[in-house]
Amino acid sequence: MVKYILRRFVAMIVTLWLIVTLTFFLMHLAPGSPFNQERNTSASVQENLMEHYQLNKPIAIQYVHYLNNILHFDFGESITLPGQTVNDLLSRGFPVSFELGMLALLVAVISGIILGVLAALKHNGIIDYIAMTIAVIGISVPNFIMATLLIQELAVNWAIFPTATWATPMHAVLPTVALATGPMAIIARLTRSSMLEVLTQDYIRTAKAKGLSPIKIIVKHALRNALLPVVTLLGTLTAGILTGSFVIEKIFAIPGMGKYFVDSINSRDYFVIMGTTVFYSGFLIIMLFLVDIAYGVLDPRIKLHKKEG
Amino acid sequence: MGLREKNDLMSDEGHTLTSLSEAPDHLFVAKKRMGKEAEAVVRPSLTYWQDAWNRLRKNKLAMTGLVVLIILILLAIFGPIISLHSATKQVFTDQNLPPSKTYWFGTDALGRDMFARTWYGARISLFVGFMAAFIDLFIGVIYGGISGYKGGKVDSVMMRIVEILYGLPYLLMVILLLVVMGPGLSTIILALTVTGWVGMARIVRGQVLQIKNYEFVLASKTFGTKTMKIIRKNLLPNTMGTIIVQMTLTIPSAIFSEAFLSFLGLGIQPPYASWGMMANDGLSAILTGFWWELFFPAFFISLTMYAFNVLGDGLQDALDPKLRR
Repeated sequence: MVKYILRRFVAMIVTLWLIVTLTFFLMHLAPGSPFNQERNTSASVQENLMEHYQLNKPIAIQYVHYLNNILHFDFGESITLPGQTVNDLLSRGFPVSFELGMLALLVAVISGIILGVLAALKHNGIIDYIAMTIAVIGISVPNFIMATLLIQELAVNWAIFPTATWATPMHAVLPTVALATGPMAIIARLTRSSMLEVLTQDYIRTAKAKGLSPIKIIVKHALRNALLPVVTLLGTLTAGILTGSFVIEKIFAIPGMGKYFVDSINSRDYFVIMGTTVFYSGFLIIMLFLVDIAYGVLDPRIKLHKKEG
Repeated sequence: MGLREKNDLMSDEGHTLTSLSEAPDHLFVAKKRMGKEAEAVVRPSLTYWQDAWNRLRKNKLAMTGLVVLIILILLAIFGPIISLHSATKQVFTDQNLPPSKTYWFGTDALGRDMFARTWYGARISLFVGFMAAFIDLFIGVIYGGISGYKGGKVDSVMMRIVEILYGLPYLLMVILLLVVMGPGLSTIILALTVTGWVGMARIVRGQVLQIKNYEFVLASKTFGTKTMKIIRKNLLPNTMGTIIVQMTLTIPSAIFSEAFLSFLGLGIQPPYASWGMMANDGLSAILTGFWWELFFPAFFISLTMYAFNVLGDGLQDALDPKLRR
């Protein structure tokens, strides 16, 4: 177990380093200097700018400098918003994005599991068909289209929910639903199939024979085992919700990190793109690592030190 | 009543059993199949693929998906041809027109024909999906095949690399690559495949690792078959089912990614159309009531995703040898 965690930890560090390096060199491969197309600046101003952002130093030194900065959680400075650092943007935008993301994840996991369990218990019944139809629709309709439909129907036509900005809980409903639908559908399908498999196991029959109440059997014996595959998905789902929030925040005009990121892409603000990519990748990779470890702890059948395959 | 019936049946059975040897000759009918024929298999022998096809055919949902996909592909090929208008021509007197006899799907804010644009977009979306999936398949099969077949040190080094690449957040990396390389059709396919092949490689490797220990591979080896031929003739055909199922997942995810990126302005550039880009354009139009500008691209993206998903599910069931009867 310790050996496994250690190995995964080393892999995580290498991946993190790879991301920082890739991001750095890719951004330096990007055509043109960041200041070229800006305003008509004189040569000396250009030089000062280059000096300020340390772009006139050899690339190796810039790289070491950048690595050092990242280690101290300094993600650089914005080009298009002078005086603003990426850390400023992160501290303003990330809490909002985090809140939205966590809400969506929570809604997706809870409703997905409920749908999946109901579908499995009423296998081939009406509830099963309804739940699976919802799931297939959730997988088929991209989140940005779901968001637009929700705005059009529930915010414009029916005026039930307000949109734009991030103020009251009512503002959070539509973006959360739009963001959660896809992951919910995936969780529902996975829960259903793993629940169906678990329900045929001998220990469930034993529990029934012992006369346990159906609810106790489902919650204590079946669900606990059926949810293990769902845990493995959490890492990927978080990634999906995170990237999904880029467009959702854009559509709903939520001042989160995703919106800053999309803006920085459109204005080619390289330092913000770099900083955000590194920050988000780091966040996701640490999440994946934690999910892996959690899975190892939860499932006693898995011997983590065992060689793969 | 029920009891009597049961008793009757039992006595009948008992009667036939005891009297079988004493039965008169005329009750015996000679078996027609003799000699070599007797060895013949009565049920027509089916290959793996025929068997899978028979099972898939019975799955109504999967067949619906297949038919929808075929129709979509045909429309993507012939749609722009049968359309009355060009996909890129802007007619400024015909802006934001609702669907009508001349403009079947209406026109957009620049007076372009939505019908032609929708099917032109279908070409791009489907092309991106299939190309990305095939490149993933190509790299993934070779990488995973070598890693799984060679095993040992080669495998563990190759898999460490995959493990590290697998940790990279897919869409973030794609966005980064597109920012650097600039948007466009070829760069989007390239960006989608740079990290996309890793999943396929893992799956192929797992399959090969399992199959290479089967007896028929051992038999092949004993006959002195060359490594490449073993991979081609023994290993690949047997991993085909899993690969195809994985493809039905990769294609819609590539189509979704393209739509997502075009939606962010990083995908296909105007005057060309893709569904994601059209949906992005339609987003502002819907608030002014021009619903058709969002509806058609959004509907066809969703329909394509739906068709691939149900077909994928059906294929997964049909190609699973465990379900073979």
